[in-house]
Amino acid sequence: MRIATPLRLLLLAATLAAAGPSFAVRPDEILPDPQLEARARALSHELRCMVCQNQSIDDSDAPLAHDLRVLVRDRLKAGDTDQGVLDYLVARYGEFVLLKPRFEWQTMPLWLAPVAIFSIGGLSLVVAVRRRRRARGTSIDTPAPLSKSEQARLAELTGAERS
Amino acid sequence: MIPELGHFALVLALAIALVQSTVPLYGARTGDAALMGVAAPTALAQFVFVAMSFAALVACYVTSDFSVATVFENSHSSMPLIYKFTSVWGNHEGSMLLWVLILTVFGALVAAFGNNIPATLKATVLSVQSWVAAAFYVFILATSNPFLRLAPAPFEGRDLNPILQDFGLAVHPPMLYLGYVGFSISFAFAIAALIEGRIDAAWARWVRPWTLIAWICLTLGIAMGSFWAYYTLGWGGWWYWDPVENASFMPWLAGTALLHSALVMEKREALKVWTILLAILTFSLSLIGTFLVRSGVLTSVHAFASDPMRGEFILAILVLFIGGGLTLYAWRAPTLKQGGLFAPISREGALVINNLFLTTACATVFVGTLYPLALEALTGAKISVGAPYFNWTFGPLFILLLMVVPFGPLLAWKRGDLKGVTQRLTAAFILAVVGILAVCVIEGRPAFAAFGVGIATFVIAGAVTDLGERTGLWRAPLPTAVRRAVGLPRSAWGAAFAHIGLGVTLLGIVGETQWGSEQIVSLRQGDKVAIRHYDFTFEGTATRDGPNYKELDVRFAVRRNGELIGEMVPAKRTFASRQTTTTEAALMTRGVSQLYVSLGDVAADGAIAVRIYHKPLVLMIWLGAVVMAMGGALSLSDRRLRVGAPKRAKARAALQPAE
Repeated sequence: MRIATPLRLLLLAATLAAAGPSFAVRPDEILPDPQLEARARALSHELRCMVCQNQSIDDSDAPLAHDLRVLVRDRLKAGDTDQGVLDYLVARYGEFVLLKPRFEWQTMPLWLAPVAIFSIGGLSLVVAVRRRRRARGTSIDTPAPLSKSEQARLAELTGAERS
Repeated sequence: MIPELGHFALVLALAIALVQSTVPLYGARTGDAALMGVAAPTALAQFVFVAMSFAALVACYVTSDFSVATVFENSHSSMPLIYKFTSVWGNHEGSMLLWVLILTVFGALVAAFGNNIPATLKATVLSVQSWVAAAFYVFILATSNPFLRLAPAPFEGRDLNPILQDFGLAVHPPMLYLGYVGFSISFAFAIAALIEGRIDAAWARWVRPWTLIAWICLTLGIAMGSFWAYYTLGWGGWWYWDPVENASFMPWLAGTALLHSALVMEKREALKVWTILLAILTFSLSLIGTFLVRSGVLTSVHAFASDPMRGEFILAILVLFIGGGLTLYAWRAPTLKQGGLFAPISREGALVINNLFLTTACATVFVGTLYPLALEALTGAKISVGAPYFNWTFGPLFILLLMVVPFGPLLAWKRGDLKGVTQRLTAAFILAVVGILAVCVIEGRPAFAAFGVGIATFVIAGAVTDLGERTGLWRAPLPTAVRRAVGLPRSAWGAAFAHIGLGVTLLGIVGETQWGSEQIVSLRQGDKVAIRHYDFTFEGTATRDGPNYKELDVRFAVRRNGELIGEMVPAKRTFASRQTTTTEAALMTRGVSQLYVSLGDVAADGAIAVRIYHKPLVLMIWLGAVVMAMGGALSLSDRRLRVGAPKRAKARAALQPAE
C-alpha cells in the first residue's frame, strides 16, 4: 500500500506492516501509442485506487491500481472515449472510483458550496456596507455629528488643556 | 524509574493547569491582583513539568528502554541517535506529548514576555490557555499514556517505520505543531476579549506577534511536509490534497485571513467582531486537524472502533472548545462596539476582499475534506473527493485572489483611489503581459502555463511596485530612496516579501506541473535514456550496509548535451526489522530545477524499473514558502520595535501642540 504524506505515515506508523517500495505506473504498462498513453495517464489521475487512502491509480502501486491502469488502457485500445472509460468503471465499481465526483443531487452541495459561500459572503458584505451607511445616514465623507456625551468629553479635554 | 517520573510530572502539570484555569480567571473578575498573579508562575511551572515529562520520554527513547511500550513499538537499538530522538514524536502518544509541550511553551512565553498586556487580560488569557492544556493532559493520561510499561520487557524494539527515518521527521511535526498550537494564543486572546467584553486596537497589537509566530511556523511546517513527501515518496508529487494535508492547510488559510483582518483592527479599529471570530475559527481548525489526524476517522470510519476512546475523547474536546467558543461569541460579540468607518475602495476594503477569498477557499477545503464522511454517515453512499475537485474549486478562487493581491498594499487606508493604484500598477501589468507573451511564443500556443506565469509576475512585480512607491524609487534620487527604504517599517517589507513569496511559489507550481517531463523505463546496465537535454547512463549497481538496513545503489552518469555533469545514485533500502523496503530517490539540483530518479521493482531478469523526472522550477515552490516565512519574520521584528515606548511617545507628541 502506498501512503500519501508523511503526516499520514505518522498516523499509521504503529500499524503499517509493509510500505510498498516501488512506484505506480510500471514500464510494461505503457502503451506504444503516445496519444493513447497520455489519455490513459490523464484518466488515471481522476480514478481512485479503492484500497488506498485517497490516492489516484496513477500514484498507487497497489496491485488493484495496476489492474485498473491496465483495464483503462484496454478500454482505450478498444476505442472507448474518455467518458466511456469513466462510465464503464463507475458501472463496475461505483461512484467511489471517481476522484472528481459527478454533479448529481447528492454531490450538489459539494460542488455548489464554494460558489454559495463566496456569494453569501459577498452579498452580506454589500448588505453590511449599505446598512451601516443608512444607519449612520452618512458615508465616510460626512461623518456623523458628535453625540452629546462626545461633545461634553471634547469640551472637557480642550478646556482642560487651555487652563 | 524515569518513565514513572515523566508520568508523574505530567500529572503534576495537570494539577497546576487546573489551578491556572480557575484562580487567575476568578481574580480577573473580582479584581484581585494576588489571584491574577497566580497565572504567570503557574504557566511557567506547567512548562517546566511538561518539559520534564518530555525529557523523560526522550531519555527512554535515547537509551532504548524497551520496557516502555511506545519505545518498544517505535524504536530499535540499532537506529542512529537522531532517529531514536525523533521517533519520540513519530507515533501517536509521543506526538501528543509534543503537542502539549508546545502549548506550555507558548503559555510560558506569554507569561514571561507579555508584560505590556494589562493584568486582567493576561490572567484571563493564561487561564483560557490552561483550559486547553488541562483537556489535553487528561486526554493523554486517560487514553494515550506514552509511559506505559511492558512486563517482561522485550529484548528488542519493533523499529520506527522506515519512511519516517528521515530528517523530515525532525523538522516537519514540530514546526507544524508550533503552528497549530500557536494559534491557541490567538484563541485564548479572543475568548478573553469576549469574557472581558472589551476589545480595541491594542488587543490586535498584542495578538499579532503570536499569530505571526504561529503562521510562520505553520508555513514552514507545511512546506517542509510537502518537500519531504516530494523527495521521499518516490514519484515527486508535492501536494496531494490528502485529508491530512488539508487538515494542516485549513488553519493556514484561516490564519492568513486572521493576520490580515487583525491588521485592519490594529490600524483602524474596524472588523473587531470578525477578527474575534476568525481567531476562534483558526484554532478550531487546528483542533479539527488534530482530531482528523489523531482519531483515524480519515483512514476509515472503522479505525474509530480500533480505539474508540481516543477519537471520542478528542471529539469531546472539540465540541467543548469550538462549541463553547462559538456560543460565547454569539452571546458576547454583539456587545462589542464597532470601530472605524471606511469606504469600500480602501485598504480596509481590500483586506475584507482578501478575507472573503481566504475564508471561502478555507471553507471549500473544509467541505471537500469532510463531505464524503458526512455523506457516508447520512446516506451510506460512498464517494471520493480528490485532487481534481480541489483543482477545480480551490484553484480558481486562489487565482482570483492572486489577481487582486497587488492592489491591496497600494490602496490608502479609509478611502483609496482605485484609478491611481491601477496607474501605478501599469508597469507590473505590462511585465505580466510580457511574461504571458513570452511563454506563448516559446510554447507556440496560449496555455495555462502562460496565464500562471502572468499572474505570478503580476504578484511579484506588484509587491516590488509597492516597495518602489513607498521609497519613491521611481522619482527621488537613489540615495534618498535607499534612506527611505531603510526607514520603511519592517512590516511593509514583510508584506512585500510575503506577497513575493506567493508569486515565487506559483511560478514553481506552474513550472513543475506544466513543463515537467518524465520517463518510465526498464533499464539494464549500460542502457541509456534521454529526458529533455539530459542523458542518463546506467553505470552499475552496488550494495552496502547502513546502520539498520541494506541498500541497493544504482549509479547513473548524467550528461547534458553530451557533457558529463555528474552522477545520480538512487537506492532501495531493505529494513530487516520491519520487512520493509523504501526507495531513496536521487536528486540533482540545476538552479531552481531538479532532476529526480527513483527506482522501482527489480525484475527476474535483472532489469530495474526506473522513473526519471525533469522538474523545472520545482524548488521555487518551497523557496516561495521560505520567502513568505521571511516576510512574516520581518513583520515580527517590526512589532518588537514598535510595541514599547515609541508608540507611547507618539501618542504624547500628538497631544503636545495643544499645550
